[in-house]
Amino acid sequence: MPDPMRIRANMAGDKVEVRVLMSHEMETGQRKDASGALVPAHFIQNVTVTCAGRTVLTAQWGTSISKNPFMHFRFKGGKPGDKVAISWVDNKGERRTDEAVIAGG
Amino acid sequence: MKRLTFIALAAFAGCASGPSDDEARQRAERVFRESFTHGNRQMAARVEQQDDVQALCTRYRNEPPRDLADRIEAAETADIRYPASGKFLGDWRQGERIAQDGYGLRFTDPDTKRPNGGGCYNCHRIAPAEISYGTLGPSLYRFGALRGAGEPVQRYVYGKIYDSQAFLACSNMPRFGHNGVLTEEQIAHLVALLLDPESPVNK
Amino acid sequence: MPLCRLPVLAFAAALPFACLAQQETQKEIERYRQLLAEGNPADLFEARGEELWKASRGPKNASLEQCDLGLGPGVVKGAFARMPRYFPDTDRVQDLESRIVTCIVTLQGFKPEEAIKNPFSAPGRPSDLEALASYVAGQSKGMKLAAPLAHPKELEAFRIGEQLFYRRAGPHDFACVSCHGDSGRRIRLQELPKLTDPGDAQKIFTTWPAYRVSQGTVRTMQHRLYDCYWQMRHPQMDYASEASIALEVFMAKYANGGEIRAPALKR
Repeated sequence: MPDPMRIRANMAGDKVEVRVLMSHEMETGQRKDASGALVPAHFIQNVTVTCAGRTVLTAQWGTSISKNPFMHFRFKGGKPGDKVAISWVDNKGERRTDEAVIAGG
Repeated sequence: MKRLTFIALAAFAGCASGPSDDEARQRAERVFRESFTHGNRQMAARVEQQDDVQALCTRYRNEPPRDLADRIEAAETADIRYPASGKFLGDWRQGERIAQDGYGLRFTDPDTKRPNGGGCYNCHRIAPAEISYGTLGPSLYRFGALRGAGEPVQRYVYGKIYDSQAFLACSNMPRFGHNGVLTEEQIAHLVALLLDPESPVNK
Repeated sequence: MPLCRLPVLAFAAALPFACLAQQETQKEIERYRQLLAEGNPADLFEARGEELWKASRGPKNASLEQCDLGLGPGVVKGAFARMPRYFPDTDRVQDLESRIVTCIVTLQGFKPEEAIKNPFSAPGRPSDLEALASYVAGQSKGMKLAAPLAHPKELEAFRIGEQLFYRRAGPHDFACVSCHGDSGRRIRLQELPKLTDPGDAQKIFTTWPAYRVSQGTVRTMQHRLYDCYWQMRHPQMDYASEASIALEVFMAKYANGGEIRAPALKR
């Protein structure tokens, strides 16, 4: 079970500013290990961010995103106290969801 | 092994801004010993005891006076062990692997059966295909193409890798052979990497 | 520690191999750094550190808010800019990390061994000390480093750090000066500051602590020294050891005047 995401969500003016650091190996499938064997691809394919039941961001990732992806983005329509939920699913079907409460500006 | 005479500096009176050089060195040695107490004890023993060259180069901050430098170079030259077979040139392909490999002698390198690497690309540009090279040492690209691969050059390159301080007292470059980091065979492979006309270094 | 893949904007692929290639590489690295300057994962560690700073914990169920970092109990802003320094209550020179540990022990009642149990984050084991250091350092961001060098123990630490900086040892004959004795050099593709040149030191020393992409966490100067000694074929240096603090006092002398950019972002 990978480490929990570190998430920060706060008001920045009328927008919600979110920073999230995910914990994931993001293997491309092209790297070789010490014995010369290919390390199988293992990477996040889909990311969804919701707030108060509304989807505010979706992303489709490939192998060019590196290990421990970090995202920093803003969206409209949230307020302090609302929960922001961030979910990812990887190519092996593993998934993770973490939440954070929006702090005041 | 010839031991170098350790030149003791006369202690001069401490100025108001702190201890004298000698005092500072003694205190630093004590502090050093007390700061590596929880880790690998064997490694600690090795680094706690500086050899003569390390102590002198430390004291003179790698710029020893000329006569001392000459003595260091002479002593290190005498310590070089050339291959018994007289064969300086190994296999450049293995040389490239050794040059790329930084493994060995770190506290996370537990497998002592695995050969040490030379880590040469950390400091040097070598084969043109590798752009991830350091600049702590000079570029070795086209080393053989520029100097030929005659026996004297082979002997020089071998000796330089074995003990760089035989040629430059207090050189930054590790004394790979003298300190037991690389074997004679590994050094021969590196010589080939630099001198073999077929090596990518020279094409 | 092993270098993980460089993130995208990779330039290893098809550069023409000439001097120009190296300048291109440098420009791309700079461009990448600028792109990332806006979003630094270290922000998350700073926030976590602030939470920990204010949380009541330990046998005394106290927070760290009364910690004296040199500017008086409870003053965090600007304290990191004046470290390392002599502290009368412990009668020794201390750096950021060792002073945080002092407060964890004296204010919260933890035993010293407990306080330094997990100094460096590992997968599944995030380090509170790294988060706390990020927070405290971040409260000096933008200020000029002004570590004092006046008290006899500060002067002594400087002299000891100086000796250690030049101390060659181990199977590779390495000293700090082996890599940090000259400007404009690099190890592989990592540029190296000449630590006794204020021109370099002022720019680089003040970027620690930093989120290290290759490590996936914030690392502090304690880790940087520990990691240097790893490369130098030395054993593990004790956390917040006297040697580490002496070296920091030595480096700070040349870095004083530099603008604190911690917690910054590095490979």
